[in-house]
Amino acid sequence: MAEYAILIYGDEGQFEQTPEAWAAMMDAHGAFAKAVAEAGVTITGGNALQSAGVATSIRGGSVVTDGPFVETKETLGGFYLVECRDLDQAIAIAKLCPAPAGGVEVRPVQPTG
Amino acid sequence: MSSVEAALADAHRTEWAFVLAATVRVAGDLDLAQECAQEAYVAALETWGTRGVPSSPGAWLTTTARRKALDRIRRDATLQRKLPLLIEPEADQETDEPDTVPDDRLRLVFTCCHPALSPEAQVALTLRLVCGVETAEIARAFLVPEPTMAARITRAKKKIAAARIPYRVPGPDELADRLDPVLTTVHLLFTAGHTSPTGDELMRDDLVDRALDLARTLVALLPREAEARGLLGLLLLTAARRSTRVAEDGRLLRLDEQDRSRWDPAALTEGMRQTAEALTTGGAGRFTLQAAIAGVHAAAPRSSDTDWPRIVRLYDGLLAVWDSPVVALNRAVAVSFVQGPDVALKLVEELEADGRLSSYAYLPATRAHLLRELGRTDEAAISYAVAADLTGNAREREFLLQEARSSRDGVR
Repeated sequence: MAEYAILIYGDEGQFEQTPEAWAAMMDAHGAFAKAVAEAGVTITGGNALQSAGVATSIRGGSVVTDGPFVETKETLGGFYLVECRDLDQAIAIAKLCPAPAGGVEVRPVQPTG
Repeated sequence: MSSVEAALADAHRTEWAFVLAATVRVAGDLDLAQECAQEAYVAALETWGTRGVPSSPGAWLTTTARRKALDRIRRDATLQRKLPLLIEPEADQETDEPDTVPDDRLRLVFTCCHPALSPEAQVALTLRLVCGVETAEIARAFLVPEPTMAARITRAKKKIAAARIPYRVPGPDELADRLDPVLTTVHLLFTAGHTSPTGDELMRDDLVDRALDLARTLVALLPREAEARGLLGLLLLTAARRSTRVAEDGRLLRLDEQDRSRWDPAALTEGMRQTAEALTTGGAGRFTLQAAIAGVHAAAPRSSDTDWPRIVRLYDGLLAVWDSPVVALNRAVAVSFVQGPDVALKLVEELEADGRLSSYAYLPATRAHLLRELGRTDEAAISYAVAADLTGNAREREFLLQEARSSRDGVR
């Protein structure tokens, strides 16, 4: 078994900032979590992130700048950590992950222990 | 070459993938398996020389390579700690998938052509691991410096281990999706050999043969997959015309200019048979339909006998499963034979407006040909020149510039 991060990228401009949109998104993620559990896979971590507009970047230890590290349209909006057998299983799980304004990236977690 | 050397060369060509694939199961690591398989071939040269060539060279090589891998793992504690790097499905999952074929070569092919690897990496890995071609030769075939190719292969192997790309044959439900990159890789290999702009003639022949061998192996291992058979048909029918594609002065010949009596009859017959079988298996995909189109051309004794309406219908089917502007361009050429150059020119102009083929030399070349047929020779000359500018193939450029000159001189 190995841990993978599923990174959710999207264009924040496309995301509607209404309570209804947020509730729909939460429902989609609830359904995702249920489907993952049914597939026998464990979610070991994850969270939604606030918008890149409130991000602060630090470079070289001293230069602090307002905004995200990289200027791109699609920003990291949230992530999951999942425990999978191999990349094929991680891809199958990642395909279920809601990412209406962009897509997801699967990265193996580097064990540091 | 001695008889042992000949037997060994033959065993490398026909058994390498089998030996390596079986050794990977024991070694759990691609590099270790590759070294052990290579050592087995070296050992064979010595042993076969004194004791004679065994009745089953492949089995001998596999047993030797696997034993070497086990020895190395037992001796080397660091290897033991690292293993297993390659993830194999557990035994109970194996029995859940009764429809998959238990041949290790397929595991190797599906690992090398995993969609998580870039298409360039898939091609390089397939040549290196499945065909056993040396990195230096692969580099020469694809016109990149050897260190670049070596780095590409190393990076791909690293990703297989780090991201845990499994060493397994996809289950029946994923087979269709996963087979496509495999077939695309084999087709790319073939195309690199068949139409590569430059490079050593012999090496290109070798690529064509490797691609044909791979397609045959896939058909043997996955006999129910129509698209694998369709690809084999397509490659055979295309390869049959290989010796007639270029004139003695080096100029590229169009299909209607080629000497059909010199098309390879054995390859044509086998290609037609495979294509017909792929078509009857049903659910014709893009390789089968391309093979069927090549088959209609091959069935015409003279270019003027070509059943163009049938070709247009096959292109309609092809566009339905594969929305590619290149397919649409080829369909336009077929349409010109059925409905005339003016109708075809309108289709070509639509494609120009679409913009996806803006750097594709065959688009202005086709436009030029149609304009010339319509007697608009000045416009044709300009389009030929544009096409000459876009092509990377020296022979093609020469041909297109010549067409530009003769059009400008008002020759229809």
